[in-house]
Amino acid sequence: MSTPALRQRRSGLLSRWPGRNNEGYLAALLLLVVAVMSAAAPAFFSLHTFFSVIRGATVPWIFAMGVLLVLVSGGIDVSFPAIAVFSAYSAVALTTARGVDAGLLGNFALAMAIGCLLGLVNGILIARFRLPTLIVTLGTAGFFRGAMITFVGATYIAQLPRSLAEQSTRSVISVNTEAGTTFLHVLVVPVLILTVLIALGLKHTMFGRAAYAIGGDPEAARRVGIPVQRTQVVLYVLVGALAAFGGMVFMIQGQAADPQMLIGIELDTIAAVVLGGASIFGGRGSVLGTVLGVLLVQVINNSLVLVGVPTAWQRATVGLLLLLGVGAQAWAGRRPRRAAPAAVKAPAVKAAA
Amino acid sequence: MDISPAPRPVLELRDIVKTYGGVHALDTVSFTLLPGEVHCLAGENGSGKSTLIKIISGVETPDSGVIVVGGERHASMTPASAIAAGVQVIYQDFSLFPNLSVAENIAMPRQRAVGGRFYSARAARPIAQGIVDELGLALDLDADVAALSVADKQLTAICRALVSDAQIIIMDEPTTALTGAEVTALFALVRRLQSRGVSLIFVSHKLDEVLRVSQRLTVLRNGTWVATGAAGDYDRDAIAGLMTGKDIDTSRVVSAVPADAAIALEVKGLGRPGAFADVDLVVRCGEIVGLTGLLGSGRGEIAEAIFGVRPATTGTIAVGGHPVRIQSIPDAVAAGIGYVPEDRLTQGLFLDDSIADNVVAASVTAFAGRARLLDRARMLAFIQSVASRLRIKAPNLSLAVRSLSGGNAQRVVLAKWLMTNPKVLLLNGPTVGVDVGSKSEILEILRTQASAGMGVVVISDDIPELYSACHRVLIVQGGRIVCELAGDAVRVETIEQRIAA
Repeated sequence: MSTPALRQRRSGLLSRWPGRNNEGYLAALLLLVVAVMSAAAPAFFSLHTFFSVIRGATVPWIFAMGVLLVLVSGGIDVSFPAIAVFSAYSAVALTTARGVDAGLLGNFALAMAIGCLLGLVNGILIARFRLPTLIVTLGTAGFFRGAMITFVGATYIAQLPRSLAEQSTRSVISVNTEAGTTFLHVLVVPVLILTVLIALGLKHTMFGRAAYAIGGDPEAARRVGIPVQRTQVVLYVLVGALAAFGGMVFMIQGQAADPQMLIGIELDTIAAVVLGGASIFGGRGSVLGTVLGVLLVQVINNSLVLVGVPTAWQRATVGLLLLLGVGAQAWAGRRPRRAAPAAVKAPAVKAAA
Repeated sequence: MDISPAPRPVLELRDIVKTYGGVHALDTVSFTLLPGEVHCLAGENGSGKSTLIKIISGVETPDSGVIVVGGERHASMTPASAIAAGVQVIYQDFSLFPNLSVAENIAMPRQRAVGGRFYSARAARPIAQGIVDELGLALDLDADVAALSVADKQLTAICRALVSDAQIIIMDEPTTALTGAEVTALFALVRRLQSRGVSLIFVSHKLDEVLRVSQRLTVLRNGTWVATGAAGDYDRDAIAGLMTGKDIDTSRVVSAVPADAAIALEVKGLGRPGAFADVDLVVRCGEIVGLTGLLGSGRGEIAEAIFGVRPATTGTIAVGGHPVRIQSIPDAVAAGIGYVPEDRLTQGLFLDDSIADNVVAASVTAFAGRARLLDRARMLAFIQSVASRLRIKAPNLSLAVRSLSGGNAQRVVLAKWLMTNPKVLLLNGPTVGVDVGSKSEILEILRTQASAGMGVVVISDDIPELYSACHRVLIVQGGRIVCELAGDAVRVETIEQRIAA
């Protein structure tokens, strides 16, 4: 976060370790996993693995940014996969049914508009009626998926509109290695841009600081004049838009629109964000930590595949990682709170001025 | 009223009316705040102080009346317009952001209020540093507020108010969570704020303290204005009388306890390394014994050890002449010891459960009938009788305890332990956060219980209270009982001197 920046600048890089949200430990853990895997399987340490990790991480990465936003503000959202499917599938189904191709930007804009609308539903239910976020989004998740299948369609669309289909194989970097050509997918570019925007937004805008403030104490936020309801609504709308964006990317990567896609991705995403240091109780979390968390989950998943661990165990591993993240938070939360007891400590007034 | 005509008030409330569901919370109340004064707002729980503050700070809208701030008339305020008009409230819970740094807590709301869409940590720091230096404080600007002591949190909240150009600062029960030294430091700061031209409204139960810094005083009772005047014109008893509408007796009332009365509690050589040592204590049936000392002296730990919260490692405890081994709370309850903890909200009550359930919580097994089912009728009758004996004021006993005022909540805790019929009752700060009227009633309940044969131990900071009710007062220093005052030696000044010694 922000204010320690000065102190850090003063006393050098080392004093930042491990970072406000323990990002340093996470980076070290990530390096450790990579090192161990590279030693165990030399094939692991390659550009190909790197690019495929990035490719696999792209969609959870986008979702994780959304989850970070709500976690920071003291909520949680489990409806983003449903919003992602609803928005992306509907955008494609509606246009292809009419035999039109809205174009790359048109399709994304349509999907994200739908995503905003669905996010607005969450936001209004949560902010206006002060309902618990987990239950609201659990409910809307079921409703969105059901409503889409009932009203939009349930057919598997194997042929995406041309404007989207041609993105599936477009690369931003491609490298020839002895193992063949390996490439970095073009969609990482908008993801990186989004990530930077969100990082700046959280750190340097009043909106971002309001999200942290609300996550810290919503009543206190209201009392200093922060528009709590509006901020919450906007946050959930943003999450809806990010979910829709992630859904589109997932569809392009999979080269098909499947109404049953993205089931169970909330586990991977929330695990990654919590592992990245965002507090499930709100008010804490950083973009850097979240990105590291996403990469860690992806690298571990990838490694398990490489070692030949069955899929069921991958799920179990991600579940364990989530518990580990929460456990680490609980443990870390107990430690520094043991500051000098207020009653004994002298007040912080210097000799009378 | 005796408002001097000279200075124009910075804040004026005229004929404010506020009703909640037909009940008058405030009935045509008027109030003026003069520039640079400290104005104490006194009243019992439920007198309308909190409602008045909420109306000034824009959290509540009055039904009728006029608010004049800085010469401008308003029918009502919003939180934003109150802040813009220079009104800042230091809430009892401080309303800070525990997850953000001190610097951001101080500077961010102001940067917001002046219309910034962007936040700059680099700009925030000098703003925060400026006010901290100006007030001569030693706050760590980079620390998370969650890691601060209560006093430092309060200072952070004050800095935030000042940075936001506060002209009027309202402090809600500012001294409740502070130690004596911290209160002195706070009052020094209050005088410095005054010299900057800030006007302050103090809301407090602790009249002695507040009168030390206030120039004027307004008393509310049951939602109506009772009196306004120079603080120096009133003494403690006069204010208490105005607050309650009846004469409050703070004189010493102790019944005679025969020297050969049975011993309710006898503690010998009690100790726990790092907390207290060699504690000898005898409480006779019918006796109220006070235990006092500075915070951190170990007085609370002694009580907690007797009740098995954190058991002692050495020494013996006997209840009613029988030695008992107390290693846990159930041991203590079985031995006939009751304990009213210091923080009743978190330690003594199930806030969301009904009054009746709370009252019976510690004694529910006593109402097992045949087949171990509860004998509901007998239980309810008993709860009713205890509740009326303790005069718990509530429309009915099925309401959640959360809805009760401080004095009534404390009575529920007391009722809970009286239901168990303990031989010894320990009370830690029995009247903290309780208004004067309830306070004297609670002391009266203790006297009644004692004369019925119970041994009572009161752990308290409130010296007038110890003076008023205790047969003997023991003073704890550094984990040892260093002094015992009995009979005529129990005097407010003597106790104060010995504690400070």
